[in-house]
Amino acid sequence: MEKFKIKNQQDTRSGFGEGLLELGRKNPNVVALCADLTGSLKMDAFEKEFPERFFQTGIAEANMIGLAAGMTVGGKIPYTGTFANFSTGRVYDQIRQSVAYSDKNVKICASHAGLTLGEDGATHQILEDIGMMKMLPGMTVINPCDFNQTKAATIAIAEHVGPVYLRFGRPKVPNFTEENQKFEIGKALMLNEGVDVTIFATGHLVWKAIEAGRILLEKGINPEIINIHTIKPLDQETVLASVRKTKCCVTAEEHQAAGGLGESIAQVLARNFPAPMEMVAVNDTFGESGTPDELMVKYGLDTPDIVRAAERAVARK
Amino acid sequence: MQTFTFEALIPIQMADTSTLKRTCSQVRRDIVRMVAAVQSGHPGGSLGCAEYFVAQYFHNLKHDPKKFNMDGKNEDLFFLSNGHISPVWYSVLARTGYFPVSELATFRKLNTRLQGHPATHDHLPGIRMASGSLGQGLSVALGAALTKKLNGDKQLVYSLHGDGELQEGQIWEAALFAAHRKIDNVIATVDYNGRQIDGDVENVLSLGNLRSKWEAFGWTVTEIENGNDIDQVINGLDHAKTLTGKGKPVIILMRTEMGMGVDYMMGTHKWHGSAPNAEQTEKALAQLEETLGDY
Repeated sequence: MEKFKIKNQQDTRSGFGEGLLELGRKNPNVVALCADLTGSLKMDAFEKEFPERFFQTGIAEANMIGLAAGMTVGGKIPYTGTFANFSTGRVYDQIRQSVAYSDKNVKICASHAGLTLGEDGATHQILEDIGMMKMLPGMTVINPCDFNQTKAATIAIAEHVGPVYLRFGRPKVPNFTEENQKFEIGKALMLNEGVDVTIFATGHLVWKAIEAGRILLEKGINPEIINIHTIKPLDQETVLASVRKTKCCVTAEEHQAAGGLGESIAQVLARNFPAPMEMVAVNDTFGESGTPDELMVKYGLDTPDIVRAAERAVARK
Repeated sequence: MQTFTFEALIPIQMADTSTLKRTCSQVRRDIVRMVAAVQSGHPGGSLGCAEYFVAQYFHNLKHDPKKFNMDGKNEDLFFLSNGHISPVWYSVLARTGYFPVSELATFRKLNTRLQGHPATHDHLPGIRMASGSLGQGLSVALGAALTKKLNGDKQLVYSLHGDGELQEGQIWEAALFAAHRKIDNVIATVDYNGRQIDGDVENVLSLGNLRSKWEAFGWTVTEIENGNDIDQVINGLDHAKTLTGKGKPVIILMRTEMGMGVDYMMGTHKWHGSAPNAEQTEKALAQLEETLGDY
């Protein structure tokens, strides 16, 4: 666990912005659309360097999704950018019909997901987006954990033909994965091989899982820690192999328990290898205003919550 | 796996007006027979748009039914936004050779490519976007038009919308955007029949002065007074094309009669989404000459 060092504190949305710019330089078919949040999404660098391939749509997200779907006809690879709330709930039917059902190569890139959006409060803190997106047939759902991984994912999804939902966040968080890493869609990443309990974490909760792992080791529990950056398609093989070994697990995510990573893993386990499982997730409530750190504590998504969940899971074996 | 044979094709862009009129009659027979066979579907708007589709696919569009591909580079593209009038589209696609005419018999049946509302996931040639949930097709057409511009592709993008569909907010988001970005390689058409499923558009939610609205949104507006007159539709499309490339999006307000060609389906909204029974079907078909051979 000591191998994981914080390189710096960076926001995952900046990883998206850098990835998009780099991608724009190497793939002329990549185009970007943004609904009046260019600065927030860090898409301004792309806009400046490729003005002819950037489309400001104004505060009109439904039109943005339709435009993106249409732009694929003729070979473009559109990346849409707005907050996660407006990327999913606001435009669900547009995504469902014009993108998912029509199997269009649109990359829906969503920032400010979850509680860590902070002070803006519950109107903007969507905690249901993973669920909505993973329910759509054919949709790939990705939730990278830090700046470097978000950048790599942004570049990698251009190679995948089909709709993708890429989720990232607002605050600066520990950047600890490798720079210029290879990102493989659908491949769970083993962070620590352990034997007593598996912690499956996604997004901002991956670093907290590592922190929790250090505490658990001191308590004599040796956890396996796995980064699930792709929630759909889920790496079922890795999930099952790990839980067959540890016999219990914890899932950790900045999302409602309903519809999230935990639910996806519960489905796999229930069908193949039922085992004690604990979920670190928001439990059927809206968020509120506060700092990201305060909110993660209040809603039970912090490092000690993962530690306690792991202890509970182990005790249930 | 069913096999289909191609039949009754007309060489595209070689047909004269009288042939096109005869084609419309057959298309109307196809529509009535398709919805009657499964006792579901939307005959009213389909019948009203027969001339538009025949004018587009047999005369106006630059397209190649035998080499359909999703990207449609250097071809004109067509998007149907009001997907419920799928019967008229399917009939015309089949009659122009996108797929066998005999496949029309599978409309709305299990395992068909001819879904109740148009879909791409069964790879039916001619369809580039699913539609049915209303209000989405203008955005899609504008996106395709932007890509044509980026690709240096000079061909045009067409879309068709119901008038009731204009009650959807997304249409007006798209309308703003098109004018703002000066998307002048698109020709949208409104099937202005004045009726929607619950009644007259005027009573359900009035569109007010539609011409003024589109003009205020920065579009060039042109009209087809009688969208059930094939000559007027052809001339209207020709005229609309002369308005493209001038820095403004173009829209045609095309007056049609819902249910056109079947006397008891005209002058009412009642046949928007209901199928005729056996006796009504017989009565309808008696009014529509079989000109190209029924499927």
